[in-house]
Amino acid sequence: MNIHEYQTKELLRSFGVPVPDGRVADSEASAGIIAEEIGGDRWVVKAQIHAGGRGKGGGVLLADSVDEVRKHADHIIGNRLITPQTSAAGKMVQRVLVESAQNINREYYLGLIIDRVAQRITIIASASGGMDIEEIARTHPDKVVRLAVDPAVGLPEFLCRKIAARIGLTGSLMPQAVKLMRSLYRCFRDKDALMAEINPLAVVNGDKLLAVDAKMSFDGNAVHRYPEITNYRDFDEEDPKEVEASGHGLNYIALDGNVGCIVNGAGLAMATMDAITLHDGAPANFLDVGGGASPEKIANAFRIVRKDPNVKAILLNIFAGINRCDWVAEGVVQAMQKQAISEPVIVRLSGTNYELGQEILKKSGLPFIYADDLDDAARKSVNAVTNL
Amino acid sequence: MQMISTTPHENPSTLSPICNHQEFIIMSVFINKDSRVIYQGFTGQHATFHAEEAIKHGTNIVGGVTPGKGGSTHLERPVFDTVSDAVVQAGADVSGIFVPPQFAADAILEAIEAGIKTIVVIADGIPVQDMVRVKRYLIEHDSMIFGPNTAGVITPGECKVGIMPANIYQPGRVGVVSRSGTLNYEAVAQMTSLDHGQSTSVGIGGDPINGANFVDVLQAFNDDPDTEAVVLIGEIGGTQEVDAAEWAKENMEKPVIGFIAGVSAPVGRRMGHAGAIISGEADTAEAKMNRMEELGVHVVRNPANIGETVDSVLKRS
Repeated sequence: MNIHEYQTKELLRSFGVPVPDGRVADSEASAGIIAEEIGGDRWVVKAQIHAGGRGKGGGVLLADSVDEVRKHADHIIGNRLITPQTSAAGKMVQRVLVESAQNINREYYLGLIIDRVAQRITIIASASGGMDIEEIARTHPDKVVRLAVDPAVGLPEFLCRKIAARIGLTGSLMPQAVKLMRSLYRCFRDKDALMAEINPLAVVNGDKLLAVDAKMSFDGNAVHRYPEITNYRDFDEEDPKEVEASGHGLNYIALDGNVGCIVNGAGLAMATMDAITLHDGAPANFLDVGGGASPEKIANAFRIVRKDPNVKAILLNIFAGINRCDWVAEGVVQAMQKQAISEPVIVRLSGTNYELGQEILKKSGLPFIYADDLDDAARKSVNAVTNL
Repeated sequence: MQMISTTPHENPSTLSPICNHQEFIIMSVFINKDSRVIYQGFTGQHATFHAEEAIKHGTNIVGGVTPGKGGSTHLERPVFDTVSDAVVQAGADVSGIFVPPQFAADAILEAIEAGIKTIVVIADGIPVQDMVRVKRYLIEHDSMIFGPNTAGVITPGECKVGIMPANIYQPGRVGVVSRSGTLNYEAVAQMTSLDHGQSTSVGIGGDPINGANFVDVLQAFNDDPDTEAVVLIGEIGGTQEVDAAEWAKENMEKPVIGFIAGVSAPVGRRMGHAGAIISGEADTAEAKMNRMEELGVHVVRNPANIGETVDSVLKRS
């Protein structure tokens, strides 16, 4: 689960990570008030969306007066921002973060991830901040420090000193770096984060370390432990179909094709998409109904898949282990009757209670296209959309 | 069963000669008819259903654990309060973890501490950092974990610990290892329909931080005299499959047939499994399959042709 920059900074501040003075505003007027409260003579107004590259899209603007802060806020809020990481249509901006602008001397990179190879939380640091870490790793691999953290001891001070020294945070900056790294690690560990990135981590006014930009994401399987993180969820940043699907316990991802897919299991769902592609078709979505799918869940899956206007046929591919084909079949029949489905529906059932499922479908008298196996199912689905 | 101590606090891992690692590998791949299986979360609805199925399949389920229900009986078998009790009193050496994901890491730690050798984690949705801590704890212990988020492990006709439909499996000489459960069923059903049975089928789970990896399982199949060939089914994300192919090129004496799901998956989207996400050029399905082919794996490009490929590879060798 991703959160906004202003939320990340609020959270990091509570863990003792130094961040710029600032607050979030949802209107021109409140942006002006915040600027006055912060004081100073230079501010930065930053669009709050989940995509990166906001500066390149004109979503990060400097202001030399409170009037200018208001002008920028008015310009950004309520408009769509297009960045290298958004779609061509961009994303609607609802809020801006108003902060005091910083006099930056040097920029560094500091991040935490969960490394799949090390199977540990891993700290990544570099003296070349301000750009994408993949970019830094490609152009200056020698300048990237990586260190896996042993969960039994956490991130001790000596390791922080070692990292700080390697990226040149020495002298009076070293103790600040140590404190900052340990605070970031504590936040990451205590809130079950999956990713944290401070970029740039900057030296400002000659001798002060500050997290000028920060981004975090959290483990969807753990956020229920932290109501304050759950409250950070912004549904406007998510695809409404995907949000609705997850509410029904379905895992749905929209794609560009025209064959709607309803499958159990992530691996089989991907393989089904692959099989359609191999028959020169194009899947409209990934959808995993998961285990123990009730008739209602199956009916909901049909409803969500059919919300995509591109869908011209629906392939249901179920290999039941923990699921039951008879429940699935009941759900399909319910969906067909209640939703007046006119698209061709290709059905492949296998596994637990397969015979019962098949019987329910045949008895319904509905015009299903039956498939014997995965290949047959993919071929018949692609034929169904080609022959329309 | 071997000498069983009645002292509950004695370290159970020293108890039973059956747990000796060397012997364990030689005896079978991970589980067999001699495995003494418990289910953690035994009295829950899911565990009950799947324990009944496993018993029908011949699995030697010696009891189960539900804290607070120790001393009672479920499915005509004893219920214990702790895994240690199950090890000491029933000689358990394999555990299936059926507890809800938020309690699963604790259940795994308990099984490790009690000296359970083979831990099959069915639970789906365990927080990643919980598993990071579990993996750290595992370093000092001799257990092997399958999963989390696995359909389980089955040695057809002998022992089943998991949620897979047993009727699609048949005893045979092909080892199967996969991340996905249902795609494992798909591959196995194709093989069985061509009369190629399985020595053991292992799910390593779809999570980014998991127990046994592909290399661990390949190694066991390589050492197993009852396995003739191995089917390896992976998916986008990470480098485990390519690491396994590299290991196989150096060490494997048996043919490996491989498939990677997700050639049609978009970059940067999590495809259901927490671990199934393309994060760079190297972990697309296409890139992994190409690399595996270079390393000598018989790569299947169409998921519908896994059975046929097994058939032709076995006929050739």
